[in-house]
Amino acid sequence: MKKFEKLTSAIVPLNIENIDTDQIIPARFLKATTREGFGENLFRDWRYNGDNTLKTDFVLNNPAFKGRILVAGKNFGCGSSREHAAWAIQDAGFDVVISSFFADIFKGNALNNGLLPIQVSDEFLAEIFSTVGQDSTAQLDVDLEAQTVTNVVTGSKTDFEINPYKKSCLINGYDDIDFILNQKQLVVEFEQNR
Amino acid sequence: MSKTLVEKIWDAHVVKSEVGFPDILYIDTHLIHEVTSPQAFDGLRKRGLPVFRPQQTVATADHNVPTLNQLQPIKEELSRYQVDMLTKNCAEFGIELYGLGHPFQGIVHVIGPELGITLPGKTMVCGDSHTSTHGAFGAIAFGIGTSQVEQVFATQCLLQQKPKTMKIEVNGALGQGVTAKDIILYIISKISAAGGTGYFIEYAGSTIEALSMEARMTICNMSIEMGARGGLIAPDQITFDYIKGREFAPAGEEWDKSLAYWKTLYSDADAQFDSVLTFDAADISPMITYGTNPGMGMGISEHIPSTASQVSSEQASFQKALDYMGIEQDTELVGKPIDYVFIGSCTNSRMEDLREVAEFVKGRQKAENVTVWIVPGSKQIEQQAIAEGLDKIFEAAGFQLREPGCSACLGMNEDKIPAGKYCVSTSNRNFEGRQGPDSRTFLASPLTAAAAAITGRVTDVRTLLNEPAHA
Repeated sequence: MKKFEKLTSAIVPLNIENIDTDQIIPARFLKATTREGFGENLFRDWRYNGDNTLKTDFVLNNPAFKGRILVAGKNFGCGSSREHAAWAIQDAGFDVVISSFFADIFKGNALNNGLLPIQVSDEFLAEIFSTVGQDSTAQLDVDLEAQTVTNVVTGSKTDFEINPYKKSCLINGYDDIDFILNQKQLVVEFEQNR
Repeated sequence: MSKTLVEKIWDAHVVKSEVGFPDILYIDTHLIHEVTSPQAFDGLRKRGLPVFRPQQTVATADHNVPTLNQLQPIKEELSRYQVDMLTKNCAEFGIELYGLGHPFQGIVHVIGPELGITLPGKTMVCGDSHTSTHGAFGAIAFGIGTSQVEQVFATQCLLQQKPKTMKIEVNGALGQGVTAKDIILYIISKISAAGGTGYFIEYAGSTIEALSMEARMTICNMSIEMGARGGLIAPDQITFDYIKGREFAPAGEEWDKSLAYWKTLYSDADAQFDSVLTFDAADISPMITYGTNPGMGMGISEHIPSTASQVSSEQASFQKALDYMGIEQDTELVGKPIDYVFIGSCTNSRMEDLREVAEFVKGRQKAENVTVWIVPGSKQIEQQAIAEGLDKIFEAAGFQLREPGCSACLGMNEDKIPAGKYCVSTSNRNFEGRQGPDSRTFLASPLTAAAAAITGRVTDVRTLLNEPAHA
C-alpha cells in the first residue's frame, strides 16, 4: 500500500452534500477486473454530458483548480461499498479527501488504499470553501504524524482523528492482511475452540 | 453483564481484542459476486495465498446478468468478462458458485436466506452494502470493500472496530396499504441518509415482531441507506419456522443444538444502547421519495418540502436534487405521470412481494404509458411464481416477469431507465443516475409501485385498495 506522511497542496472544492458512490463512479464503470484506470470515470456524469462532451462548469473540468486534496460537503461517500470509489479518486491524482462527515464503508476503503480521509468541523470546512472561492491556488497543509490540517492562506489549523493502528498502516504502507496473517495461528485456535 | 444482541454475537466471534487496535473478528460466511471480487482474487495470486476457508464462501452472479434470455451469452463484453472471471476464479480457488443456469442463482442477498445459509448468530460479509439484509435473522451482516474481501479470503477474519449500537423501536398496528418498505423509508426520512452512520441498528417493537421474514429483510436491507453498516432483528419463532427445512439449514440433532443457541440471541432487558429511537406505526403512511437520496422521502399524499425549510447550509444541495428530479418545492407528487415501474432488487423481490403485487393487479391493467418490469430475486422465486400462476396474472396485466438479477436497481446491466424518464422503483437508492444516466427514481413499496403501474401516475395505493378490481 502507498505510504502517506505529509502533503501541502492546492484544493479541488466540491461543495455538495451527500455525494454518493454512484456519483463518484457510476456502476456501469465497475466492470474492470483490475484496480487501475477508474480515475478516467471519476464523477463521470458530472464531468461529461450524455454525448461525452465536457461539462465546462464542473470543477474538475476547470483548469484553475488543481491539487491532490479533494474537499467535499458532508456525508461524503454514502451508498454502495464499491472500493472502486476510493480507487477512482486516487487514480485521478488525489491523496487526501476532506469533508465534515464520511460514510463508514468509504472511509474504511480509503484507508485500506492509502487515501487519507480527514474529517473536519463544519466551520473549518466552510472556511476552506471560502478561501478557495477567493483564490483557486489556495493551499492546505496536511501532517498525518501530527494529525493536523492547516489552511495555509488564513493560518487556521485543526486537529483530526485517526485510529492509531490505521495511522501506522498509512505511515508505514502496510495493510490489514499482513497484520492478520502474522496472527493466523490465533485464527486456527479460535476455530478449534468453538 | 447484560449485553445487546450485537454485543453477544460480536463477542462470540472475537479472535483477538487488543487496546489501540481494531478487533480481529471471525467471519462465518462470506458471500461474493462478480463485481467486487476479481481484484481480491488477484490480490491472493500476487501474495501466493489460497482462499483459507473456501467451504465458508458462496458465490453467485447477479449485478451484470441480463434478465431476458439469460442463458444466451451476455451481449455486453465487459459484463460477460466479469461473469466469466467469477466462474474461473471460483474454479481455481475451490468456491461453490451458483452462477447463471444454476437452480440456486439469484441476487446474493436473496439466495443466502432462501437456501438456509443465513442463520441467527452468524457473522456474514459480502462486498456489497446491502449485506445488512441478512441481519433480519439475528446475524451480524455487513458490506465490505474489495480489500476486505481479500482479507476474508486470506484469513476468514476482518479487522473491525466494534460498532456503536442503536435501537429503533416501532410499535403499534400498521395502517392500510402500509408495508415494511414504508416503515424503513419513513425511518430514513426522519433520521436522514447519514443518521445511522457508525451504528449497528437493532429493530424492535411490536410492529417489527409482527412482520414476516421477507418484510424484516426489507427493513434490514435499507439500514445502509441511513449510513448504518448493519441492521438486525432478534430471532424468534417466525425466524425459526422460516429456516427449518431449507437446503443448507441445520437438521436433526444439529437443528436442536442450533435452536437452543438461537434462543439466547436477544438484547438483555437492561442492555445499554448508545442511542434509542421510538416510532409509532400509526404515524406511517405509504411512502415515496422525491429527491436524490433515500432520506428525501415523505408520506405519499404530502407536499414536497420547501427549500427554505431546509438548514441553510443544505439548501443548495436540496435544490440541486429537486432540479435533477424535475420537480418543484411545495407541490405534491400524486398525479405525476411516470414512465417505468421496477419491482425487484434485494429490497423487494421475494415471493411475498410478488404475491402481494399479483393479488393487487389481478383483474387490473397497466396504464399504456408505463413499462413494467417484475424481476424476481432468484431462480427459485421465479419458478415458484410460475408454479403459483403469478406469471399469468402479470401477463394479463401487461407486467413483464423477467429472470433473476439486480436488474434496474443499479444501471449496470442491460436494464436501464432512459435519460429523463421517471421510474417508480422498489429498489433502495434514488441517487442521480442510479438506474441509468439522467434517470429519475421514486422509491416506494411494491404496492405503491403496482398502483403507479395501473394508473400511470404516482398514486396513493389506498385509493385503489378500496375499489374492486374488474376482471
